[in-house]
Amino acid sequence: MTEVLLGAYVFILAIIVGFEVIGRVPAMLHTPLMSGTNAIHGVVLVGAIVVAGQAHTFTTRILGFVAVVLGSLNVFGGFVVTDRMLEMFRPRHRERP
Amino acid sequence: MTTAIGIAYLVASLLFILGLRMLSSPVTARNGNRVAAVGMTIALGATFFQKDLSNYGLIAGAIVVGAVIGVGSARQVKMTAMPQMVAIFNGMGGGAAALVSALEFVHQTTGHATIQTSQAATIALGAAIGSISFAGSIVAFVKLQELITSSAFQFRWTKFANGLIFLALIALGGAITAGSTSRLVLGVLLGLALLLGLVLVFPIGGADMPVVIALMNSLTGLAAALTGFVLNNELLIVGGALVGASGTLLTLLMAKAMNRPVTNVLFGGFGATLSVEASLPPGVTIREISVGDAAVLMSYSHRVVIVPGYGLAVAQAQHQVRELADLLNDRGVQVKYAIHPVAGRMPGHMNVLLAEADVPYSQVYEMDAINGEFPSTDVVLVVGANDITNPGARDDPGSAIYGMPILNVDFAANIIVLKRSMRPGFAGIDNPLYYNPKTSMLFGDARDSLQRLVAAVKSQPGATSQFGQDKKPLAISR
Repeated sequence: MTEVLLGAYVFILAIIVGFEVIGRVPAMLHTPLMSGTNAIHGVVLVGAIVVAGQAHTFTTRILGFVAVVLGSLNVFGGFVVTDRMLEMFRPRHRERP
Repeated sequence: MTTAIGIAYLVASLLFILGLRMLSSPVTARNGNRVAAVGMTIALGATFFQKDLSNYGLIAGAIVVGAVIGVGSARQVKMTAMPQMVAIFNGMGGGAAALVSALEFVHQTTGHATIQTSQAATIALGAAIGSISFAGSIVAFVKLQELITSSAFQFRWTKFANGLIFLALIALGGAITAGSTSRLVLGVLLGLALLLGLVLVFPIGGADMPVVIALMNSLTGLAAALTGFVLNNELLIVGGALVGASGTLLTLLMAKAMNRPVTNVLFGGFGATLSVEASLPPGVTIREISVGDAAVLMSYSHRVVIVPGYGLAVAQAQHQVRELADLLNDRGVQVKYAIHPVAGRMPGHMNVLLAEADVPYSQVYEMDAINGEFPSTDVVLVVGANDITNPGARDDPGSAIYGMPILNVDFAANIIVLKRSMRPGFAGIDNPLYYNPKTSMLFGDARDSLQRLVAAVKSQPGATSQFGQDKKPLAISR
């Protein structure tokens, strides 16, 4: 039970931190924000690795494999796409007067 | 979990938060994303040192497969196709979360007749939410990619079916929470949740996609956090909760920008009951304008405001729009861009396109900042935007989008609308702006029209402003 309670503490505090931090992001950056957070929930890949690593039957191995592929797509695709987007938001060199 | 791995996860959590914080300014945003990526790398590396892990080859192979496909498609996708890309990656995360929950259920019930109640409840919830997000995101992707119609529609039995599936999900989740270790029950739960995601997003029209994408983002975050509870992994809880919070915030922002509650977006079948054929009210005429006239009008204006919409993305005309703006600017015309919060198909969609075309931030204005300036604007150039400029939302209580804040483009002296045809917008709603006597239509592909406008403006003599600062808005002579 204490594990669950500890988890709840972490969950609630992280939500509050999330609202505080993200509330500051200007509308201009909403797409990269969504794409960036998208990549961050790819952290579920950690969970996928754990469950794939404890699979002992053929079926669970296959499902574990699929879970890791999906999580990996999410992480790698998410970060690269966000980086491409943000590359365009670099400070302007030729800001017009 | 050993202490070293725990510390690595703690560092990763902090890097996620720091990375998100750096996303709040265009100057630091790119490095912010990289900081978060470093956190992810640390987390993944540490995970391989967990005890009782086997199948290393299988896991490494799966990561490589995902990385190759993920990086490959992320590199190739065009900026205009970004909404569907974000949607599909989001769905992958949701699917992974659902599978993690399901596999942990199998793991915990293998050789045991019982499962801890709190574990069972979280597993059921995580599996359901992850599946809904997976199916919903894929439908969103398919709609945005225009593989199926992106218009809104509604079956008579949609709400009833949704309700029924929802109740069945609660019953199955309840059974698992109550201690059922049946894999069949979990399998049916997964299947029904997939179905719910499908029927939930399928009827939603393209114009409401910003809300849908933000919501799916939030759901995947929540599902990831739930797997953290199941696996007793605080990093997953932090990562998931951060995304859940951000997705929720964006969902509410988008719904507010349309002045409709989220439930109305999800279940409203918005615009579905309206006829798709635009019928002109009797006694009104549509005015067309030639490229040459439009170019003259803008070249000799003092203030021009450009209003981009989804049509700009479809026509991939962001570079042409900037070229036109630069030319006008060189002639002494003041050019601004007006961005509606729900323009396009995801939050901030137009800003990404304008950034790709290197439009200076100082020319880009949000709705509230620019709405007061339309009365003193000579020409508004509407590029592929429809509903967000519909004065019916402001003036006509009978309009389906009545109450949605709009850009008050009809307050300007002249309005030029670049539009493919007289087809109504994605919400399927008639736009009285087009019958406004001050409005003239320039039909054709937005990119093509803009290219011709650029050429026509170039051919105008005199490159600096011929007018004093106190010039009144021009009235078009017909």
